[in-house]
Amino acid sequence: MFNYTIRRLLLAVPTLLLISFLIFLLLDLAPSDPTANLPLTIPPEVREKIRISLGLGEAFHIRFLLWCKQFFYNETLNILEQWWGWDFGGDRLRVLSWQTRSPVVDTIVQRIPQTLWVVGMSYVVGILIAVPIGIVSAYKQYSWFDQVGTFVSMVGYSVPTFFTGVLVIVIFSVWLGWFPSIYDTTLVVNDWSSFVQQVKQMIMPVSVLALYNAAQISRFMRASMLDNLNQDYVRTARAKGIRERSVILVHVLRNSLIPVVTVIALGVPQVFGGAIITEQVFKVNGLGQLLIIAIQAGDVPTVQTLTFIFAFLIVFFNLIADVLYGILDPRIRYD
Amino acid sequence: MPEKRPAVLDVKDIETVFNTRRGTIHAVNSVSFSLEPGELLGVVGESGSGKSVTMMSLIGLLPTPPARVTGGYVKFDNIDLLKADAQQLRAVRGAKIGFIFQDPMTSLNPVLTIGFQLMEPLRTHMGMKKAAAKKRAVELLDLVGMPDAERRLSDFPHQFSGGMRQRVVIAMALACDPKVLIADEPTTALDVTIQAQILELVKDLRRKLGMAIIWITHDLGVVAGIADRVMVMYGGQIVEQAPVRELFENPQHPYTRALIETVPDIGAERPERLRTVEGQPSILYARPSACSFRTRCAHAFERCGKENPPLLVTDKAHHVACFWDSATGEPRNV
Repeated sequence: MFNYTIRRLLLAVPTLLLISFLIFLLLDLAPSDPTANLPLTIPPEVREKIRISLGLGEAFHIRFLLWCKQFFYNETLNILEQWWGWDFGGDRLRVLSWQTRSPVVDTIVQRIPQTLWVVGMSYVVGILIAVPIGIVSAYKQYSWFDQVGTFVSMVGYSVPTFFTGVLVIVIFSVWLGWFPSIYDTTLVVNDWSSFVQQVKQMIMPVSVLALYNAAQISRFMRASMLDNLNQDYVRTARAKGIRERSVILVHVLRNSLIPVVTVIALGVPQVFGGAIITEQVFKVNGLGQLLIIAIQAGDVPTVQTLTFIFAFLIVFFNLIADVLYGILDPRIRYD
Repeated sequence: MPEKRPAVLDVKDIETVFNTRRGTIHAVNSVSFSLEPGELLGVVGESGSGKSVTMMSLIGLLPTPPARVTGGYVKFDNIDLLKADAQQLRAVRGAKIGFIFQDPMTSLNPVLTIGFQLMEPLRTHMGMKKAAAKKRAVELLDLVGMPDAERRLSDFPHQFSGGMRQRVVIAMALACDPKVLIADEPTTALDVTIQAQILELVKDLRRKLGMAIIWITHDLGVVAGIADRVMVMYGGQIVEQAPVRELFENPQHPYTRALIETVPDIGAERPERLRTVEGQPSILYARPSACSFRTRCAHAFERCGKENPPLLVTDKAHHVACFWDSATGEPRNV
């Protein structure tokens, strides 16, 4: 297992380099102009100079290699310096946003907590709701609980979050006035009342995303439980006279979780992407919102860096899923 | 049979139905039998004859719904298992009645070690602590002839061969010293040499431990080698039952006779075509009001389509459910 993990990690390096190249290529082919948002009074010659000063006059491969150097080498050194207080010295050029002229990585580091709080929390809540619902739905298949659960999951899965998001804002902010409709990131939690306020502003975005995640995962959980409930080994377990609770929670659940854990692990990077819309609806200035704004402004370095981070997450959680699979299922050995 | 000892398991008139979308299927129709201590009862019949369903009904192992036991009683240990609550049933299952299932490839949990699975009934029923249960688990694996038992406790089912897995399943069934062992086609999924080993093992264990065994199979050869008494089932009913020698020497029901004829004769001068029992068993959407074998029976006559033959006692230990008398070749006067 250890060797396998190392091998996979090494293999991830060329994969990610290839991905970064493809992202760079795609963004270069896109007909977006970083000067398009500048005032129309700027004459074309000046615009051209701005473009050249942004580095757009260089050949494609030069720009790509420079980005690689800035991102993989300069920024890594920078992060090491910041975390451990080392000093490598020298003047390193960082990946700068064309929009704000500030280092992209710093902006991302600022935005990550918001995304993790709202989106990460919603994923955890979603899983915590989905797993028990899936278990009970499968165990009591076609009961009223299962029917209601199936209906709610179907609604949660098929109705997009930009709709449910706006719906809950209309109901709970506009009509009832219970929760604020805008997520205030400047809020500092230092006492009870600010904590309550933080919880209040998190409830709506978290529950909207949690509903969507829970709907998906509970369907997987239910299907996987149903697959296993009819297996011969369940009958064997019952024939041994052990309690029904143990039959379900020890024998069936353990087997059913194998595919579900994979789905959950693979879903983590998608959550970051899927949150783009929800963050926009609730004005949470997390990574998703950053990406949208950068795309609209033609801010290539930011888009490039963010997209690459998403790609990295996908590759990384794929590996996590495979490792978990091997841990949960003794039949799978990678070495 | 020298003297009549009290039966360890007494089954009377049990009925099991399956509620399906197409209607109610009557899978077990008024089956009665009893099992004496230490006896090995072979239950024979083709697929769908209700032999497994009958035995699973006794102890509530059928999935309900769709299955439902609608009548009868099962006397075991002075309680009626059909009226027992879930807790009472659990106390019987695995402790006093052990089970061996058909396919050892699927009847063990793939993600749990065999040690854990073997220790489970010991800890549930005998209240053993981990160390004691482990010691007993090693004894059990030794008993069923598993080499290197102690080390293999931490192995997973996929690390064993089919025969070895079936040994594990047998060890699990025997864990709490049951009075009755129900073996549902335990050798069907194994290849022939392993089959023979498992048969020898069960014979041996029976000599050592003395439990009564119900052996469900469709293989008459297996029954001939191992059973004391044989029960032939068709259409969810017992059609014939007799001591094993008697049944093979003097089969009386046309179905039993047909089954015996299908066994290929290895010693024959020149190879014959394999014989079969023509036709398919019908699915019973109602309680049988006529003999369910009549459509495939060479001796069927008018009465077979009007009444369901009851189980008649032809000899003191030989019972047959047929209106046709095999001794005279004429209809019976009953």
